[in-house]
Amino acid sequence: MAFIEKSPWIFHFDGSSCNGCDIEVLACLTPMYDVERFGVINTGNPKHSDIFLITGSINNQNKPVVEAIYNQMGDPKVVIAIGTCATSGHFFAECYNILGGVDTTIPVDVYIPGCAVRPEAIIDSVVQAMAILGEKRKKRKTNGGALPAEAGIKT
Amino acid sequence: MSWIIFLILFPLAPAVLLLLFRSVSVQKWIVLVASALICVAAIGLAVTCTGAQPKYFSITSSVVNKLVIAGDIILALAFLFVCRRLSLKWYWIPLLVIVQYGAVVFYDLSGRVPAVTQPLFVDNLSVIMALIIGIVGCLITVYTVGYMKHYHEEHPDVPDRRGSFLAAIFLFFFAMYGIIFSNSITWIYFFWEITTLCSFIMISYPRTEEAWHNAFRALWMLLLGGLAFSMAILYASDSCGTVDFRHLLQMNKSAVLLPILLICFAGMNKAAQFPFAKWLLGAMVAPTPSSALLHSSTMVKAGVYICLRCSPILENTASGAVVALIGGLSFLAGSAIAISQRDGKKVLAYSTIGNLGLIILCAGVGSHWALWAAVLLIIFHALAKALMFLAVGTVEQQTGSRDIEDMHGLISRMPLLTITMLVGIAGMFLAPFGMLISKWAVLEAMAIRSPIYPPIVIFGGSLMLFFWAKWMGKLIAVVGPAPQRERGIGIEWTALFGLAVLTVLTCALYPFVGYYLIQPLYGQDPILSQGSICMVGIMLGLMVLLPLGFFIHWKNLVHVEPYLSGANVSDPHQFMGSLGNARQWSFRNYYMGKFFSEEKLFRGSLVGSIALMVLMFVMEKL
Amino acid sequence: MNAFFWIAGYILLAPVLGGLINGCDRIITARMQSRVGPPVLQPFYDVFKLMEKDNLTVNRFHGYYLFIFLAFMLVSGAMFFGGQDLLMVIFAFIVADMFLVLGAYSTNSPYSSIGAERELLQMLAAEPMMLLSAVGFYMVTGSFHVSEIVACDKSLILYLPGVFAGFCYVLTIKLRKSPFDLSTSHHAHQELVKGITTEFAGPSLALIEIEHWYETILLLGMIYLFFAFNPIVAVLVTLFIYFLEILIDNANARVKWELMLKSAWLATIILGGGNLLVLYFILHG
Repeated sequence: MAFIEKSPWIFHFDGSSCNGCDIEVLACLTPMYDVERFGVINTGNPKHSDIFLITGSINNQNKPVVEAIYNQMGDPKVVIAIGTCATSGHFFAECYNILGGVDTTIPVDVYIPGCAVRPEAIIDSVVQAMAILGEKRKKRKTNGGALPAEAGIKT
Repeated sequence: MSWIIFLILFPLAPAVLLLLFRSVSVQKWIVLVASALICVAAIGLAVTCTGAQPKYFSITSSVVNKLVIAGDIILALAFLFVCRRLSLKWYWIPLLVIVQYGAVVFYDLSGRVPAVTQPLFVDNLSVIMALIIGIVGCLITVYTVGYMKHYHEEHPDVPDRRGSFLAAIFLFFFAMYGIIFSNSITWIYFFWEITTLCSFIMISYPRTEEAWHNAFRALWMLLLGGLAFSMAILYASDSCGTVDFRHLLQMNKSAVLLPILLICFAGMNKAAQFPFAKWLLGAMVAPTPSSALLHSSTMVKAGVYICLRCSPILENTASGAVVALIGGLSFLAGSAIAISQRDGKKVLAYSTIGNLGLIILCAGVGSHWALWAAVLLIIFHALAKALMFLAVGTVEQQTGSRDIEDMHGLISRMPLLTITMLVGIAGMFLAPFGMLISKWAVLEAMAIRSPIYPPIVIFGGSLMLFFWAKWMGKLIAVVGPAPQRERGIGIEWTALFGLAVLTVLTCALYPFVGYYLIQPLYGQDPILSQGSICMVGIMLGLMVLLPLGFFIHWKNLVHVEPYLSGANVSDPHQFMGSLGNARQWSFRNYYMGKFFSEEKLFRGSLVGSIALMVLMFVMEKL
Repeated sequence: MNAFFWIAGYILLAPVLGGLINGCDRIITARMQSRVGPPVLQPFYDVFKLMEKDNLTVNRFHGYYLFIFLAFMLVSGAMFFGGQDLLMVIFAFIVADMFLVLGAYSTNSPYSSIGAERELLQMLAAEPMMLLSAVGFYMVTGSFHVSEIVACDKSLILYLPGVFAGFCYVLTIKLRKSPFDLSTSHHAHQELVKGITTEFAGPSLALIEIEHWYETILLLGMIYLFFAFNPIVAVLVTLFIYFLEILIDNANARVKWELMLKSAWLATIILGGGNLLVLYFILHG
């Protein structure tokens, strides 16, 4: 039994967006959807978290921040791109300052399109991310504690 | 008896020699040899003279008494001599000298002061004091040799009179040993005033405007204590018919309460309790060793020592309760004000006032357990405080600052020195080190006496915890690889390491100190029970052994930068500002100036303590 | 021998019990917010998960402070359940807390340092009342030893109602519950990132969680002492007080440190000090 699948702590970052998805993420924590049922805790600290939720696209200004936060998360970890902006840049994609989706900067494990994403979809993505976390943990175990190859993003 | 006479008189020899020989290397050897001899003699005294009963020694020759009178006169002249620099508006300082010495010498010469047949004595309290003065004092003296060398390199404007500074230290030892071994209050008075003179010489050493000002402030405040002491002598010889301290303490309480209160007043004055706290704070202008000496092993300890001696009379009297309250007030105020201070030495000074207040509190309560706690406090405070002062002095010489904020990350720059400081701070407040053992003993002692004292001790202790802990936190912040800066610390290490080891060792040996030295004085105490020793032992073991783990290289650690909201740049002390340029971040401790403002608290405590002082003498009639 | 079993029981069972209490805490909190909440074993899942994660450190020293922190917490609890001197228990408790603070300072990170400073403030606010309760126990039972306080047949709560109220007040500070969760907080609460625990991650954070369970049991043990004359009542009251803490946690927003310090000291002086004063005059006429 992988405990990490029962206790995914999330860290939420809002990139360049209209804040719609951002609000939906927080809606998941409310009594209506209550993601704490799955053991999810919204931490304010990347060092404590397992799942990195990103809403909004990446621009030149927040690129180093996203990288720094990603590097400060301990393995095993999963990145979820929430909303079309985060997956591809959406209608901001052509802007002069936008680099595109989250995967232009850090590896993404789960993509959830939508504008804005429904809370149900976000919950579903978190549940999928838990399974990926479990796999990553297993891989880490067999590698003798070594970091998975993709982790070494360096700025 | 030979040990006592040696300890009292021997320090005069190096004092004279140091004045005669100007060569620095000769002075160094004089200091080293003399310190070693005093140390050995103090230990010798401890080995031979401990016992359940105090030993009294008679001196038949009347020459000695005449010498003391002559000494008084010389001292009076010396005081008047130093007053020559004063402007007329300080006219009352020479007046204080003239009044007290005039009265005492007149009484002495006209034969109104009864003779004391056994003017010297030794008991376990004297032995403990002798050990503190001998060992801590001599380590400080050794430190001074190294310190003064750097001091004069840094302050070329200060005239180099280090010989006289060292001589003053040895004169101090002479006076201190005189105080703790004398049984006649006229003799104690003589030695008492020598310590005043010595502290004046030390404080005025830098010869700056500020130094003179602070030295004269210390002088008049301490002379007030001297005045009280001289009045005690006059009253005792007129009304009680004796100046034999032992006989005074055995008399009926109502008969001797007034002279004893006067002596306590002098003691609190010397121990820098409120309202006299200002002189100790001003004493910081002098070179660090003098602060270390005044704060830890001599001077202020003379004050609390004399109060402890008086405590059998104070016990269960209304005035004694007020004495305890003055101590309690100083404890609370000193600890609270220390929170708002950034200057390392000032924090130490206020914490000294606080800790001595706690000892006075115990003396005022006067029960056996309280006295137990007081003696433990004296021992542990002397060690840890001397260590702290010397360490801060060295840090100041190395970095040019004694601001606590500038000590940020000191452990990365000067690991060894920081470790000695950490031992000192831990010794001041962390269980199971000395001060906490003592505080525990105080609480056990106070809990049965009255519901007033325990809250004072508890609140003061919590305040103390706060300012020591935040200082400690500053020191141990790891700022990453930094240039090592422990250069040119020579002979000072002897004192620093010696005191650090002693701080830990005394804690381990406290049951022995208890069994052999304190128990014969004040009887059995609950903190000597098997269980208590066991608990302290376990905690001390953990405290000493666990830090060794810092040397283990842990595997599987993943290094990351500190969290800065993702705005990290390559330097961990900078972050990316909103305009895309790297900016410095820094963290400062809380000083809570609004809550614990020095100005308000100091003024309040002055008013409160003066009122209590008045009350103390009014209550005497009850 | 009895004491030995108690100590062994504390060291082995306190984390289990503490974890369960914590799990119930989270469910009750969720229900108060009309949520379902996590499973009752969630705190254990969290800790086991943290154990498996990377041990992130800023420098190689600060994680080790937590070992000392846990060691002194265990000593403190073991002394308490071994029936030793209550003052010494509290002092060891302070030392334990001290090492958490030092560990946070050692990281040299701004968020942890502020958390450390606030933790010190919390200690400044809470410690006087804890020590004063020990003095209160002494005044009634004549001993500082936990074993003798428990064995005392007087109902301590009747003598020390004010002290009890004051102790409950600072219990909120010690359990780091709102409105006094200044240095760090639990569950989804957050301010200043995560305060004192910001730089501790993975196994180090797990250690802090486990220590918190030990701490909870020790603090509830102190509540128990007030009602030690009747074990059943005592356990019930202890659980009720914990429930009350959860209620307060959910009904209050975080306050500023000034208010915490002032109110805690006022509670200490008025409730604790006043109680002792009255008690002194009753006992000594």
